Amino acid sequence: MSKKTLIVIGNGMVGHHFLEQFADTPAAAEYQVIVFGEEPLLAYDRVHLSEYFGGSTHSDLALGTLDWYSEKAIDLHLDEQVTGIDRALKQVTTLQGNYPYDELVLATGSYPFVPPIEGNDQPHCLVYRTLADLDAIKASAEGVKSGVVVGGGLLGLEAANALKQLGLEAQVVEFAPRLMPVQLDADGGAVLKRKIMELGVQVHTEKATTAIVPGEEARLRMNFSDDSHLETDLIVFSAGIRPQDTLGRSAELEIGERGGIVVDNRCATSDPHIHAIGECALWEQRIFGLVAPGYTMARTLAACLNDDPEAAFTGADMSTKLKLLGVDVGSIGDAHGQTEGARNIRFNDEAAGHYSRMVISADGKKLLGAILVGDNGPYDTLLQYALNEIELPEHPETLILPESEGGAPALGPDALPNTAAICSCHNVSKGDICGVIDAGCGDLAGVKAETKASTGCGGCAALLKSVVENELEKRGVEVSKDLCEHFPYSRQELFHLVKVNGIRTFNTLIKSHGKGRGCEICKPTVASILATCWNEHILATDHVPLQDTNDTFMANMQKNGTYSIVPRIPGGEVTPDKLIVLGQVAKEYNLYTKITGGQRVDLFGATLSELPEIWEKLIAAGFETGHAYGKSLRTVKSCVGNTWCRYGVQDSVAMAIFLEDRYKGLRSPHKIKMAVSGCTRECAEAQSKDIGVIATENGWNLYVCGNGGMRPRHADLFATDLSDQELISAIDRVLMFYVRTGDRLQRTSVWMENLEGGLDYLKQVVLEDSLGIGQELEDHMEGLVGTYQCEWKTAVEDPEKRKRFREFVNDERKDPVQQWTEERGQRRPVTEPA
Amino acid sequence: MKPRTQWDIVCNVSDLVPDSGIAVWTRNGPVGLFYLPDRLPALFAIGHFDPCSGADVLARGITGDVKGEPVVASPIYKQHFSLLTGQCLEDEDIRVPVFRALVDGEQVRLEIPVANRSEEAA
Repeated sequence: MSKKTLIVIGNGMVGHHFLEQFADTPAAAEYQVIVFGEEPLLAYDRVHLSEYFGGSTHSDLALGTLDWYSEKAIDLHLDEQVTGIDRALKQVTTLQGNYPYDELVLATGSYPFVPPIEGNDQPHCLVYRTLADLDAIKASAEGVKSGVVVGGGLLGLEAANALKQLGLEAQVVEFAPRLMPVQLDADGGAVLKRKIMELGVQVHTEKATTAIVPGEEARLRMNFSDDSHLETDLIVFSAGIRPQDTLGRSAELEIGERGGIVVDNRCATSDPHIHAIGECALWEQRIFGLVAPGYTMARTLAACLNDDPEAAFTGADMSTKLKLLGVDVGSIGDAHGQTEGARNIRFNDEAAGHYSRMVISADGKKLLGAILVGDNGPYDTLLQYALNEIELPEHPETLILPESEGGAPALGPDALPNTAAICSCHNVSKGDICGVIDAGCGDLAGVKAETKASTGCGGCAALLKSVVENELEKRGVEVSKDLCEHFPYSRQELFHLVKVNGIRTFNTLIKSHGKGRGCEICKPTVASILATCWNEHILATDHVPLQDTNDTFMANMQKNGTYSIVPRIPGGEVTPDKLIVLGQVAKEYNLYTKITGGQRVDLFGATLSELPEIWEKLIAAGFETGHAYGKSLRTVKSCVGNTWCRYGVQDSVAMAIFLEDRYKGLRSPHKIKMAVSGCTRECAEAQSKDIGVIATENGWNLYVCGNGGMRPRHADLFATDLSDQELISAIDRVLMFYVRTGDRLQRTSVWMENLEGGLDYLKQVVLEDSLGIGQELEDHMEGLVGTYQCEWKTAVEDPEKRKRFREFVNDERKDPVQQWTEERGQRRPVTEPA
Repeated sequence: MKPRTQWDIVCNVSDLVPDSGIAVWTRNGPVGLFYLPDRLPALFAIGHFDPCSGADVLARGITGDVKGEPVVASPIYKQHFSLLTGQCLEDEDIRVPVFRALVDGEQVRLEIPVANRSEEAA
């Protein structure tokens, strides 16, 4: 039996989605599929069109690949415009030929509406719809200054963003009294207008353009009905879309009064063999100008062609969440409160530029709609309340108020019913996600691959993640806390084993509590624990093989196998003489020299064999190791304090030096950074450190558990107006409690957040001594302080230890793979090895 | 034809560091020597050059085992190399050379191919 022919006219987002949905269904085997695309390019993502000016290319935006089309044996005709449909002969005509069909799908989309303004057809009057349009805008913007977008709706603001990205002074002209009149109310529109104006885009509302004529200072001049005018170099019309229904009209299909090919619930037109989906289709007098409803139609049609009797398009949620010109805008359900008896809760923070409105049912129990401007934070939660008709909490206003102490009642993934739509682009419900997890999918990436959730607009990414994690957790899938394959314990558990059993070597520990011979994860972890418990030299014979290379050679290995050296400069205070020594040593060994963020000096490029020689000289000048290589205290940064500064209220430098001397060498789960500021101006940036101290008139305020780095976190205020002694004992306790209970590579911030009870619990343990271990923690710290040794001093004085620092034990040559070049007057490695 | 090899003395037994590596220079370039006293045989030799980072550093990695196989982890980007085969466990296309090693009295000998890089041994 020869195959029937299915022709799809239009290769846009919805047309492509239909093919994806249809290609793997049983019915696909019965049809030869032919696709006609008017554009020369494969279907691409129009939602993210403005990224084209941010550096994205067609292939970044493309939705499929030519390979996919050939794999599915779809006959793809790009750059081939269909000119007519002959319903009697059941064939379509293009400029290239005639093609008979059995079933025909119209996915012709829409075209931009250009208002009938005199002069709208001259050069530099453009539209914003296709990549070709964007190329035209780009060409027109070449060498000129300003551009105007006509239309202040969703697409208009996108277009304004595109003009801004091209470096133009962008302005928006809107006929209605506010921006985004469909999605926003007057207050919301006003907040959006103000925010967009702040971003440098001029917005003119209630402006009707009467004519476009040649300009005097720019290419064009727009005359408005109120006799004002505006000069600009180019104009982009983005005043809405109109369904592309020309083919339907000429084929005499039923067309809506204001355009659009009329379809029923099964996406069939007035001709049962012709179907229409997406923006060209008119369903119950409505055109859906968003991608999600188009996708829903595509899925419905794919199911109908498979004779699924249940398949039906029943309308679509038109909620949208967008970032326009960097401003969050969200609109959900009945945003304008048109439902009878609807009540409103509004929150308008003019200072912050946040506007939120909730539309609530007459009984106050259900959320009907919402508007958000300035902050889409509550969007996901509100959308779930609205779509799933979940009963609102007692004080629904907390859902849109800024997060307060104690936290807003966020809607946890457990509160969502199984029917809750998580991804509306690909119509993935919570139930679908549970289904693939039950079928064996064990992680987020797997769920995404299986369901396509979050691969459309991506707006649901955070929600999807929380649902997946919650479901995995409920099924008992948990991240193993085992350190590695050799120890079925966490770092904290190993710490207790070492301490309680008095274990002093790695070999004893692995024989009694582990298996195998260890690895690069457990060995340094155990070395750190042993150092905290017993504080023996890290190069003692038993400990040597446990250390990361940085600890073994007490320097930081760089990418070419050489090391960098950071001598300790407590509190950042250094005498001119010592500074000169650093310079002399750096010069002698040709070391690249850089100032660190921790008020020290880093010397790069020392070979293994040079390390002891260099340290001999540094130690002779009074330097100590800076432990930059260790999971231990790095620096205590300080400002200059009340000895010099007009504003200082305490001697921050003296305190910083005292703290650095006290805690130097302390081995910990991760690096520890501290800072001391001499007054509330906080020049030492103490609130970004694990331990931050800020001087007050009466003593010191202590902040704990801050950090910079990948996930910066401000430190929390822990105690106020402490005396020197109170400060030291509080820091002793916090640090020792952390060192004992922290997990491998866990900074203080994560450690504290994971303590049950968090900051309050830590305060109880440290300040109120709720566990009765305060004295023990302080004694332990005191013991470590008393047994401190400069590891480098011990090493250079011991010929046996120095033997480790030979490049090759049998040869004095330098490593031949290290290659150098010069940059800005200093030596650096050649980046690509020869 | 099998390449000609020679058992060169490369260092003393006292140079070895238990459960760790040292680097020696050979007529065939740098080689890492690892001494794992718990195992038999206890001596392993693989190329010192880390192909993942382009630096001579493998002897400075941490030794251990992965599912029973003795390995060293590169100190730069932490890939594991089998001390038995030189195979990189993270990338099957990467392998470093392996050499036979033996203890001869107080000295350690390595079996080194003679043909290559012989001029560099001078």
